[in-house]
Amino acid sequence: MAEPILTAKNIVKSFSDPIEFEVLHSVNLEIQKGEFTAIVGKSGCGKSTLLYILSTMDTDYKGSLSIDGERMTGLKEKELARVRNEKIGFVFQFHYLLNEFTVLKNVMLPALKLNKFPLAEIEAKAMQKLQVLGMEDLAHKPAFQLSGGQKQRVAIARSLINDPIIIMADEPTGNLDSKNSQVVFDTFMELSVKFNQTLLVVTHDNSFAQSTGRIIEMDDGRIVNETKNLPLQ
Amino acid sequence: MKLLLSIAITLLRARFKQTLVAAVGVTFGITMFVTLLSFMSGLNHMLDSLVTNRTPHIRLYNEIRVDSVQPILLASKNPKAYHFIQSLKASNARKEIYNANKIMNALSIDPRVVGFSRKVSSPVFFNDGTIDISGFMNGIDAEKEVPLFHFQDYVIKGNPQDVKNIPNSIIVGKPLAELLFADIGDVVQVTTAAGERFQLKIVGLYQSGLADFDKTQSFASIATVQKILGKGSGYITDIQVKLTDMNAAPLIAKEYGNVFELDAQDIQAANQQFETGTRVRNIISYAVGITLLVVAGFGIYNILNMMIYEKMDTIAILKATGFSGKDVKRIFLLISIIIGISGCMAGLVLSNLLCRAITHIPFSSAAVPTVKTYPVDFNVSFYVIAVLFSLLTTWFAGWFPARKASKVDPVVIIRGK
Ligand SMILES: Nc1ncnc2c1ncn2[C@@H]1O[C@H](COP(=O)(O)OP(=O)(O)OP(=O)(O)O)[C@@H](O)[C@H]1O
Ligand SMILES: [Mg+2]
Repeated sequence: MAEPILTAKNIVKSFSDPIEFEVLHSVNLEIQKGEFTAIVGKSGCGKSTLLYILSTMDTDYKGSLSIDGERMTGLKEKELARVRNEKIGFVFQFHYLLNEFTVLKNVMLPALKLNKFPLAEIEAKAMQKLQVLGMEDLAHKPAFQLSGGQKQRVAIARSLINDPIIIMADEPTGNLDSKNSQVVFDTFMELSVKFNQTLLVVTHDNSFAQSTGRIIEMDDGRIVNETKNLPLQ
Repeated sequence: MKLLLSIAITLLRARFKQTLVAAVGVTFGITMFVTLLSFMSGLNHMLDSLVTNRTPHIRLYNEIRVDSVQPILLASKNPKAYHFIQSLKASNARKEIYNANKIMNALSIDPRVVGFSRKVSSPVFFNDGTIDISGFMNGIDAEKEVPLFHFQDYVIKGNPQDVKNIPNSIIVGKPLAELLFADIGDVVQVTTAAGERFQLKIVGLYQSGLADFDKTQSFASIATVQKILGKGSGYITDIQVKLTDMNAAPLIAKEYGNVFELDAQDIQAANQQFETGTRVRNIISYAVGITLLVVAGFGIYNILNMMIYEKMDTIAILKATGFSGKDVKRIFLLISIIIGISGCMAGLVLSNLLCRAITHIPFSSAAVPTVKTYPVDFNVSFYVIAVLFSLLTTWFAGWFPARKASKVDPVVIIRGK
């Protein structure tokens, strides 16, 4: 098998506030290219905590993390920012668009930061990503005018702009009604099937989890069960 | 950097009103700073010119004093005796400058000297009926006095050249003329210390702004005063020197004193109080101006802090999508500097307009008859200082909030939702 896109070894995370206590106990995880993985588990079991570590935003942990063959643990803040910009796409529960900017600019920002392509190309690419999500008509609207479901789809478009090797999402449908949840869910499916996009999604939605390729079940800071579903159609 | 700038501008636009308030704070500070300094400096120059225009940079004269080398000291020293000399009297009662021509020749080839004029002064009494008013008569070179010491600025009636053209003529101070009930064309009687009486015709009135000076001093031609004193045409009591560089006066005065064996007084020693006044006024205006700028800096600091609390989500998302702490810091520093620069530019324009307005406000003072409106010094250096200071304060005001923004932990913000 090829080298995994993401490798986490013996991740231990403790909070010391108000008293020292361990939230993650030696978590090991490998994610292969093209995998659509769901992390499920009871509330408070440490799913979000794990995802923040895997996404390089949280650097205060024990163990080691590699992404795309590069060791993340111990890298400088600036280096980690570069990795997030280039290799990781994010989708959060609370949409998180920049309200001061237009929809298009929101999608373009990570690419402008990457600064690898000329402006016109970035713009065309952002339009194309919006198109994938059926949002191209709203491109020039200010972000704050969008509905929750629309915002989340724009956030997904933004996560795609730099063609990341992995997209991470923390309860991306947690704040949406069932109809919008379905749209987001279908979008992820499409990305996985059509573009072979690697996805790591924390979710409470069981039917969502069931239709992914791999389900990781967590309990009390440990991975307790793992199920591989049949390859997706 | 261009990207960060465009983000900074977008954030500013979203908070336009607060931004404007902060910028107006800077504008106000800069306006006050520059206007205050320009105005104060204008006043300083005017007040200084009261003295510096009229006062020679160096005055050469002969002070009546006791000879420092008494004859007995020349005798060989007796080791067993000691000299006691008491109640010394000055024997040299001559105020005349010896070798005046030689000195003037030396001065006229000295490159540090702009020009010089001779003067003969003598105490006199002005007689008005039975009253005698004591005063001085100064014999001057009208054609030199006018360009060098701006004499014509103070002659409010009549022509200063007339003292030369009309024999036995005199220019008196306006207060003195009022005391004597005299005006141009009238004749006054003066009595010299030796008791000689002369009739002199008033050809001009002057007002210098120093009332005591105006009450006692009068001006005539050198020849007139020499005649009154019964002296020859070589008799000179003062030589007044104007230098190219006023600040060199103390040094050159010392040199002249030694070389010419005369008393030489420099303008700084003669007018120390003016220097002090100028310095105090400068300190006050700088203190007020800098205080205003610091207050404006706090305004920016507040706005930025507020903005950062409001924009926590924005900062978190920027960081999550690959902007580093340094990028975030730069964005907020840019915001601060944009506020500072725009406020500063407006302040410079506004202060210039304000200064122009001030120069149209009428100003009348007996002290400076030639000045009709308030004086303002349009000195570029005030503007430069203001710009430097405002950049410095906005940089500091921006730096602390910006650093705070760069330290925002995106995990805390995202989890906190
Ligand atoms: N900053 C913190 N300080 C102390 N404890 C924390 C902190 N953040 C999270 N925790 C604790 O860590 C544990 C795991 O939290 P985490 O958010 O990872 O759970 P989760 O599985 O994502 O839950 P949910 O499904 O409700 O989102 C919880 O018990 C929580 O109380
Ligand atoms: Mg969670």
